[in-house]
Amino acid sequence: MRTGRLQPWLFVGPALILLVFFLLYPSIDTIRLSFLDKRAENFVGFSNYTHFFTDKTTLTAFRNNALWVVLFTTFSVSFGLALAVLLDRVRYEKIVKSIIFIPMAISMVGASTIWKFVYAFRPAGAPQIGLLNAIVTACGGRPMGWLIEMPWINNLCLIVVGIWINTGFCMVILSAAYKNIPRELMEAARIDGANEWQVFRKVILPLLKPTVAVVTTTMVVFVLKIFDIVYVMTNGNFSTEVIANRMYKEMFHFMNFGRSSAIAVILLLLIIPALIINVRRFTEQEAIR
Amino acid sequence: MMGRLTKALSRGPLHIVIIIIALIWMLPTVGLLITSFRPPHDVAYSGWWTVLEHPFNFTQYTLRNYETVIGKGGMGRAFINSLIITIPATIIPVMVAAFAAYAFAWMKFPGRRVLFIIVIALIVVPLQMTFIPILKIFAQLHLAGTFPAVWLAHTGYGLPLIVYLLHNFIAGLPSELFDSASIDGASPLQTFFRLVLPLSVSAIASVIIFQSLWTWNDLLVALIYLGGTPDVAPVTLKVATLVGSRGQDWELLTAAAFVSMALPLVVFFSLQRYFVRGILAGSVKG
Repeated sequence: MRTGRLQPWLFVGPALILLVFFLLYPSIDTIRLSFLDKRAENFVGFSNYTHFFTDKTTLTAFRNNALWVVLFTTFSVSFGLALAVLLDRVRYEKIVKSIIFIPMAISMVGASTIWKFVYAFRPAGAPQIGLLNAIVTACGGRPMGWLIEMPWINNLCLIVVGIWINTGFCMVILSAAYKNIPRELMEAARIDGANEWQVFRKVILPLLKPTVAVVTTTMVVFVLKIFDIVYVMTNGNFSTEVIANRMYKEMFHFMNFGRSSAIAVILLLLIIPALIINVRRFTEQEAIR
Repeated sequence: MMGRLTKALSRGPLHIVIIIIALIWMLPTVGLLITSFRPPHDVAYSGWWTVLEHPFNFTQYTLRNYETVIGKGGMGRAFINSLIITIPATIIPVMVAAFAAYAFAWMKFPGRRVLFIIVIALIVVPLQMTFIPILKIFAQLHLAGTFPAVWLAHTGYGLPLIVYLLHNFIAGLPSELFDSASIDGASPLQTFFRLVLPLSVSAIASVIIFQSLWTWNDLLVALIYLGGTPDVAPVTLKVATLVGSRGQDWELLTAAAFVSMALPLVVFFSLQRYFVRGILAGSVKG
């Protein structure tokens, strides 16, 4: 193509300027700030980082985020996988898929409001207006304050909301990959006497492995930065805080720029493996092309 | 005949499991929708499922909650704010990204590959890395708490992924097209507008849907750059504030939540195919 030397830069220039201004420069500046004190005046070495790994509140946030990563990722991906395989066998697949996918369309704020209402709590004896406590009391149990029951039940209840939102995403991607598997492979295994579980384990799962890996990475990156659900449902109270909420509080409530920057950098470090995987996948695709 | 029957029976558990799962996924949202149409007293003293005893007794429904929430509650204003935020925050990054994607795909310039790898790396960089420095600059420019601040922020944050996605599509266009355009003496700008854009309509549509939903549904960016200024708050920020301040008035919270969800749901049901593609594409964003 006839292009001058300058021309390409006119096309990429605006994008590059915006990327430098909104992502590259601030990221570097945040790394610098993470070694400074509260008001970004004096150099404090690694003390913002040692604070993160010794302070009880930040460690709780870290523990909760680890819980999110493990449970949220495991359940979202395995539900998505199970649904992708099971729904293929029924004729009303499309409708159910839409139902499972709808939570992806609405905001996490909306989803959190929906679920906060499900978890609504009235003392025993009063009529329960939350679905979950109504079911519990109908079965003869005692109503529970799901979002204040520390530290496991309330964190699990928040994670359920995340799973409810993201299972649809995992399902759609895995379903597309599943439908690409040649049917003859599964038929051949069945003729050889394999039962459905063996077909799943020995034929379907190995072929879906690359897609499962992509979906899992996506979920881990997403959940490391989880913020909205916790912000709306508990605001991090009752030991439900996660890393991103801690960073927000250090920034706006305590105006501690050093500590909040260090938390952001830790978040980045946790995400770097995914970043490397993405870049590597791109260079591999490039090689194929 | 018998074979079919046994097959249907053996499939029974599968159908039951799927229907239960579908119900679990639907009921919370149905409960929210029904509650938003019930009078405050009913909401406070009975579960939403009690309306199902006489679902067609319309005296148990009311539009008052929506009136209250849209008017006094400020959700009407917030809805307009969300539109004001979303439209430029979608158009600007998609335009800027389309130019860049075309250059990355079909123009030769030094550093092209390295720059593109940086773009890919930036996709997953947590936005948290950028808040404090940008907020400082916005404060100096008196932009904090204004719409242009969020437009710009969403533009910067959305770019890496949009450039990447559009690049993947534009790079897949057949090279003969570009050769013949070049032989006909078309300039890059002409090629871009007469060839690339018309051929990329479907990709651009998906990207527009993803970016507009992302900005419409965003809480964090609005929270950081608009903060506590109520007259610029979008629906998400408004609902989050209401949940904090009126936590027990479920008839209002449910109505407010539905106002915030209405537009995404309309897009979902009317443009499902593009929508799914758009969301899948957008799910890896930082």
